[in-house]
Amino acid sequence: MRDNPVLRVVTKIAIPLILLFALYVQFHGDYGPGGGFQAGVIFAAAFILYALVFGTRAARTVVPPAVLRTVTALGLILFAGVGTVSQLLGSQFLDYDALADNPLHGQHIGIFLVELGVGITVAAVMITLFLAFAGRQDEP
Amino acid sequence: MILNQLPALQVTLPLIAAPLCLLLRSGRAAWLLCVTVSTIALGIALLLLDEALEKGLIVYDFGGWAAPWGIEYRVDVVNAFVLMIVSGISTSVLLFARISAASEIDDDRQSLFYTAWLLCLTGLLGMAITGDAFNLFVFLEISSLSSYVLIAMGPDRRALTASYQYLIMGTIGATFILIAVGLLYLVTGTLNMADLAGRIPDLADNRTLRAAFAFLTVGMGLKLALFPLHLWLPNAYTYAPSAVTAFLAATATKVAVYALARFMFSVFGTAFAFDSMPLQLILVVLGTAAVLSGSTIAIFQHNVKRMLAYSSVAQIGYLMLGLSLATAAGLTATLVHLFNHALMKGGLFLAVGCMAYRLGTTRLADLAGIGFRMPWTTAAFVIGGLSLIGLPLTAGFISKWVLVQAVLENGWWPLVVVIVVGALLAVIYIWRIVETAYFRTVSEGRDDFVEAPLALLLPTWLLIGANIYFGIHTDLSLNVARLAADFLTGG
Repeated sequence: MRDNPVLRVVTKIAIPLILLFALYVQFHGDYGPGGGFQAGVIFAAAFILYALVFGTRAARTVVPPAVLRTVTALGLILFAGVGTVSQLLGSQFLDYDALADNPLHGQHIGIFLVELGVGITVAAVMITLFLAFAGRQDEP
Repeated sequence: MILNQLPALQVTLPLIAAPLCLLLRSGRAAWLLCVTVSTIALGIALLLLDEALEKGLIVYDFGGWAAPWGIEYRVDVVNAFVLMIVSGISTSVLLFARISAASEIDDDRQSLFYTAWLLCLTGLLGMAITGDAFNLFVFLEISSLSSYVLIAMGPDRRALTASYQYLIMGTIGATFILIAVGLLYLVTGTLNMADLAGRIPDLADNRTLRAAFAFLTVGMGLKLALFPLHLWLPNAYTYAPSAVTAFLAATATKVAVYALARFMFSVFGTAFAFDSMPLQLILVVLGTAAVLSGSTIAIFQHNVKRMLAYSSVAQIGYLMLGLSLATAAGLTATLVHLFNHALMKGGLFLAVGCMAYRLGTTRLADLAGIGFRMPWTTAAFVIGGLSLIGLPLTAGFISKWVLVQAVLENGWWPLVVVIVVGALLAVIYIWRIVETAYFRTVSEGRDDFVEAPLALLLPTWLLIGANIYFGIHTDLSLNVARLAADFLTGG
């Protein structure tokens, strides 16, 4: 599909918009519909679109499997890390109240970081799944 | 302060270690992390058991949200006992896993292997510790998904189909459990187990509740490989890597048995489970069928791992017979057998893992004459086998003895016959291996193997030694199981 100029141009215009929308869904999730899971899927959709049009080999140079693996782990570490930090601050696991002086701020920071962790891991896992199914063994 | 956090750390520690393990490149570092975390988890489980024996109940509210709105962990003697079994087996099998897994799994997948192991451990510990029905389902899925991965890593390509088969059956089971949890939520409006237990007696003859119970029993039956829902088990155990077989055989089905018992006795209550629903008849019939058919099929297997897998189906039959009695004595028998069976199957599968490490196969015909070439490994297998049969001075004897006593207390003497026949059938299949190992000569071209390395023998003998130790000292196994059974039956 990379020989089709219309597809190429449209994809290149669409990808930044998709990424931006994913970030909107991620960070506006507190106030409107959205959240980490949805944002992660949308974010991954941009990469999947890229892989569909330009091929999985090109997509793999953009996000090498080793990077994906690290990012997958980082999202989960961020999530569980928030829980551990609240434990270290003398509260229960994932008790966001402990994260700031004011419980309201604490809840805010907590849910923000946790959703970010979810978003990161979901995006990385979605891309990994797509590349695993789409890629062939002989491709590096 | 740290003591208050123990119930959370029990689960979050392996959960956090899993992504860290994924980041490690070297398989050896991943193993070291995995074994350290598993040992700490065992320490936490022992502390929790100690505290539960003293206080009776430890409650931990997640995120500071009080139950029934938030998720709470409730540790009592029952699940502290299960936590100890799971983390103890995981630690001892991991000691074995370094060399064994290195010989069966590609180097670049080692850290993935240990990541999946930690996730599986997280799931199993979480299932045992949680006091929330939906949370239990989530942990069940974590442990199941990671165990599919672990099984698929087996050295043989057939591991892939075995894992796929398990995936299909396991997913059906998990879906049934999810439907059951959904129905429970529908009729009671709560997911907290203690809260459920308070609301269910008012709904005694509610049809939705009955449907929920039926779905739950069948779903758990699939996960714990209750005859005739055990068809995924033999292949999964046969083709998985040796260490994984030992780990899953000793823990995964056990935790499902615990979860079923928890729902039967604490959530739904004995009156509902046994008077309103025909559970007793079902469990007696299926348990008997499992004991007899599992043991009989085991006799005709040509692969030792598969033989032990069918033997596991039979052992699950004993666990179900104990549950079916609906008495504290029956439940004691089930719980003590959970512990003892984990020790014997763990030990036996590790001994088989030693053979697989040296011979590269677990076919019975290839084990000819192994008794003289690998004397320690074979001796370990024989002692494990004797424990499986239930010879006095082994852990297996304690299980059988308590079960027979419990059955006689109810006056169900035909079941005693079933138990004795099951033990006799076990004598036959264990004897087949003894005969091949000691009374046949090593086959041509297969005489280049020696005793397994010490790093494999030590963990094997650790579990086999535990079989003898807990056959004589029953403080930790029988007495705790008795307290746990009294707790569950509300005594």
